[in-house]
Amino acid sequence: MIENQPKPFIHYQHAHCESGVTTNLLRHAGMEMSEPMAFGIGAGIFFGHVPFLKVNGTPATTFRIWPGAIFKRVAKRLGVKIKTQRFSSPQKAEEALNAALDKGIPVGIQCSVYFLPYLPEAFRFHFNAHNLVVYGREGKEYLVSDPVMEIPTRIAAEDLSKARFAKGTPEPSGFMYYIEKVESEGKMQSAIVAGIKQAGSFMISPPLPWFGYKGIYLLAKKLKQYPRKLAPRKAALFLGNIIRMQEEIGTGGAGFRFLYAAFLQEAAEKLQREDLQEKAKQLTAIGDAWRSFAYNAARIVKARNSDLVSYDELSSQLKEIGDREKAFFGELRKMK
Amino acid sequence: MNLNEVPQDELDYKERNKLRKLMYAVDKEGHYTGVTSVGWEAENVAMKEAWEDIEEGLSETLKAVKAGKESPLAYHMQKHLMDVSLLSKYAGIWQWRVKRHLRPEIFAKLSQKILSKYASALNISIDELKTIPENK
Repeated sequence: MIENQPKPFIHYQHAHCESGVTTNLLRHAGMEMSEPMAFGIGAGIFFGHVPFLKVNGTPATTFRIWPGAIFKRVAKRLGVKIKTQRFSSPQKAEEALNAALDKGIPVGIQCSVYFLPYLPEAFRFHFNAHNLVVYGREGKEYLVSDPVMEIPTRIAAEDLSKARFAKGTPEPSGFMYYIEKVESEGKMQSAIVAGIKQAGSFMISPPLPWFGYKGIYLLAKKLKQYPRKLAPRKAALFLGNIIRMQEEIGTGGAGFRFLYAAFLQEAAEKLQREDLQEKAKQLTAIGDAWRSFAYNAARIVKARNSDLVSYDELSSQLKEIGDREKAFFGELRKMK
Repeated sequence: MNLNEVPQDELDYKERNKLRKLMYAVDKEGHYTGVTSVGWEAENVAMKEAWEDIEEGLSETLKAVKAGKESPLAYHMQKHLMDVSLLSKYAGIWQWRVKRHLRPEIFAKLSQKILSKYASALNISIDELKTIPENK
């Protein structure tokens, strides 16, 4: 048995849950990987605002691609064979998780943060797009590496099961994923370029008003109407939700823009490309604009100020960010 | 964002200060590097606002339950940050039925079976489900 001892799982803290999980799983499989690299190859950056889709009573806003996409794309681009599963019942989900763990395989899990007792209460809303790694079990507890935490932790089997079968939008349905085999090496360069082009294309091409730079324009337009259409409290809550989506755990600040800029910088060094270095700088500036937007928005929230002028100013600030992202990602899409 | 601009605005509220997040910022040489942050004022404001709204709503519901206008289910639903649609999914009970069960006279007549569905959805006992905190 000694020679079959599984390699101990090493936890590293990251900014964002899914790119963090992806990074930690790949490192465990013996690949050299950073979080920005995983986020960039997986084309994690995005924007979406879907006013009629409500999450916790507020219109859905996202700064990243849908859950599960980063891991799948990174694996595909780097030639890593993976297994992903959803389940019809908590029992089946638990059995499959145990079976993988007993073989020494660390497993990525999509879940709700509401049922994770180790997180501060302040963060525990019904938010179902969180990711973590389960890397072992002891009695009725699982050993957890949650990338947003500084150190590994534990969770009761009962709590994990609830978190995996959370209801609402989106529903994880016990979603789990792990690495089966690293099949090829040396695909890094083409993976980076493919990731960049895809990010550009997702921000520019969708012919739908809710996604990419068009989504930013839509939000700018909607925001302007908040003080006219909503009670001051509700307007403040809607606005607050945008800030929280942009800054809360797992965004790396400024709605992932800094994380993606860090990727572009690392890509520039790996591929010896000055143009990507320049892109990283541009996106850092756009990230700073997002932060300034959040800061101004927070002032309105704090003052419960439903003064039309403030919302108008905020809206035009956002519109300008939309213009800049349109130009920025338009150029990324055309990169070779 | 430069390293020296990474916010460190600590907030002692609902254990917020228990978690330090990793962020990416640019150092003096222009290189991105990871750095931990205890929090940012803008996010703190938005987060507190969301919680205060929930807590105000909850205390209004508590009053309504005490006044016999709503059932204890309304209180427990909100306490668990749910609305009718989410509770309906967790309990496996149609939304229109959940709405009816928020009325005290209908809630009072519910079967053990329905009560246990709600209790398990909310992770509390049936006795807890039927009662509300007194001294609030």
